[in-house]
Amino acid sequence: MTNDEYEYEYAIRADGLRRRYAGARGGFEAVRGIDLAVEHGEIFALLGTNGAGKTSTVELLEGLAEPSGGTVRVLGRDPYRQRAEVRPRIGVMLQEGGFPSDLTVAETVRMWAGCTTGARPVGEALELTGLGGRAAVRVKQLSGGERRRLDLALALLGRPEVLFLDEPTTGLDAEGRRETWRLVRRLREGGTTVLLTTHYLEEAESLADRLAIMHGGRIVAAGTPAEVTAARPARIRFTLPEGVPAGRLPLSLRAASEDGRRVEIRTPDLQQALGELLFWARESAVRLEGLDARSASLEEAFLDIARDATDPRDQTTDTFGTEKAGV
Amino acid sequence: MAATDMTAETGTPSTRARRLGALARSELTLLVRNRYALFTAVLMPPLMVLVLRSTLAQADLGPTGMNALEGALTGGLALMLVLVVYLNLTSAYVARREELVLKRLRTGEVTDGEILTGTALSAAAPALAQSVLMVLAGTLFLDVKAPQRPELLLAGLLLGTVMLAGLAALTAAVTRTTESAQITTLPLFMVSVMGSGLFVPLETFPDGVAEVCELLPLTGVTTVIRTGWLGTGGGSELLEAAVVAAVWAILSGYAARRWFRWEPRR
Repeated sequence: MTNDEYEYEYAIRADGLRRRYAGARGGFEAVRGIDLAVEHGEIFALLGTNGAGKTSTVELLEGLAEPSGGTVRVLGRDPYRQRAEVRPRIGVMLQEGGFPSDLTVAETVRMWAGCTTGARPVGEALELTGLGGRAAVRVKQLSGGERRRLDLALALLGRPEVLFLDEPTTGLDAEGRRETWRLVRRLREGGTTVLLTTHYLEEAESLADRLAIMHGGRIVAAGTPAEVTAARPARIRFTLPEGVPAGRLPLSLRAASEDGRRVEIRTPDLQQALGELLFWARESAVRLEGLDARSASLEEAFLDIARDATDPRDQTTDTFGTEKAGV
Repeated sequence: MAATDMTAETGTPSTRARRLGALARSELTLLVRNRYALFTAVLMPPLMVLVLRSTLAQADLGPTGMNALEGALTGGLALMLVLVVYLNLTSAYVARREELVLKRLRTGEVTDGEILTGTALSAAAPALAQSVLMVLAGTLFLDVKAPQRPELLLAGLLLGTVMLAGLAALTAAVTRTTESAQITTLPLFMVSVMGSGLFVPLETFPDGVAEVCELLPLTGVTTVIRTGWLGTGGGSELLEAAVVAAVWAILSGYAARRWFRWEPRR
């Protein structure tokens, strides 16, 4: 707490963050030393496989639990110990939160507004998330997507400076997802800082200013989407006609093939490699079936990282409980 | 920084009273929409008074200094608290926890104590209404004397409400579903009915048994309520009852904060 001013440069800041769940054989450490710095007005995405520790981390940032190690600052304050000062300025949407099923949508928002500093009018909150026409409907009659939007409406009710969204679009259809993205972008334009978790990589790619990929309780890659993907190779795939062995391809392409016909090329310079391949194909009058060339996507990067990070010596599995204690 | 501070200061600030009111209001709405809880809150208490009256009419009330109707109304007030506060509140806490409402609420500005208290207020409101109705009905239509020491009557009702709200939260902690709440609330209900002088005056019990019964949660509350309305008893007996009731209220309130479960077991 000595350097509040310094830490207030960031909307969210975590240093050496750890979270251990009590349990048999020393318990299970879900968060294993995380550093994060989210700037004001930024959309920051936390990615990871199931069980990577995203929700455990977000709960620490929201102040729902006390870290077993390290520090968290949200708007310069400790979200757990200085809860009363932090809560009025943040909005939270849990991955799994509930509402009384026998209240109507409007009643639910009104109740929440009574518990929120500077709450928006009920109608405004519902319009914001496209629930304006559903105000009089009981919560139990809402679809899964509508419940998600009601949850979002509550998170936005107090015009938060920092918004935490744990898998905000899970269960939404494509249109609902895009609606939510538009809303989140609009909030950023208004200066809101957004930290979201997602397992939709396209969501992170299109929304996030910066992102971090978690695996086994640690951050294994971080940066802008472009930075995270830049270090990864592009990929070309095609099938050679019968009678044309992969060995005839130019050596410089460093093509790999398992059966001699289906070929994959991984390259840091897609244009160069593709040009060379197409030139060779025309010269040799070879037709490349199913030709597919793509730059490194976040998805590729993500899968790569998840693969790399699964070091056999570390036996890190993604399931709680089966994790070897005290690794 | 100045700009962000401005937004934090504009708009209605959230105060404790406002948060409690918002929670209690929505819980009351839910009570009215829950047929079972509504029946327990509205119709069960007067029914219980009728049952108490016909039972007590056959009991020997000599040593207690009250008639069957007085016994039924004062005991009915205590039993009403068990129904309206304890039974209904246990179900409400369990239902809100299992629907993940409590988990969601805890992400906001409302504190844990406010969540428990705000929900309890939604049970205290119908309990107060029933008390007023029973006192009015007794005094105006049934020829029972007006409350002799109203402040004591109020204190008894208040202690009983706090104590039973705490016990409801504790019971909810060991209850997995609203259906099983009908079973987990049974022990306290039975013990109160049998041992707290509602149907059978403690004066007719053997000495050793009566002394143990004096220490039951609802016995002290019942004695304070009876003394408050009927003016009978008093002195060291009243003091002892008040202490027993207060200790139960404080202990159950503390234990509820300590052991309440906020999320479903997985």
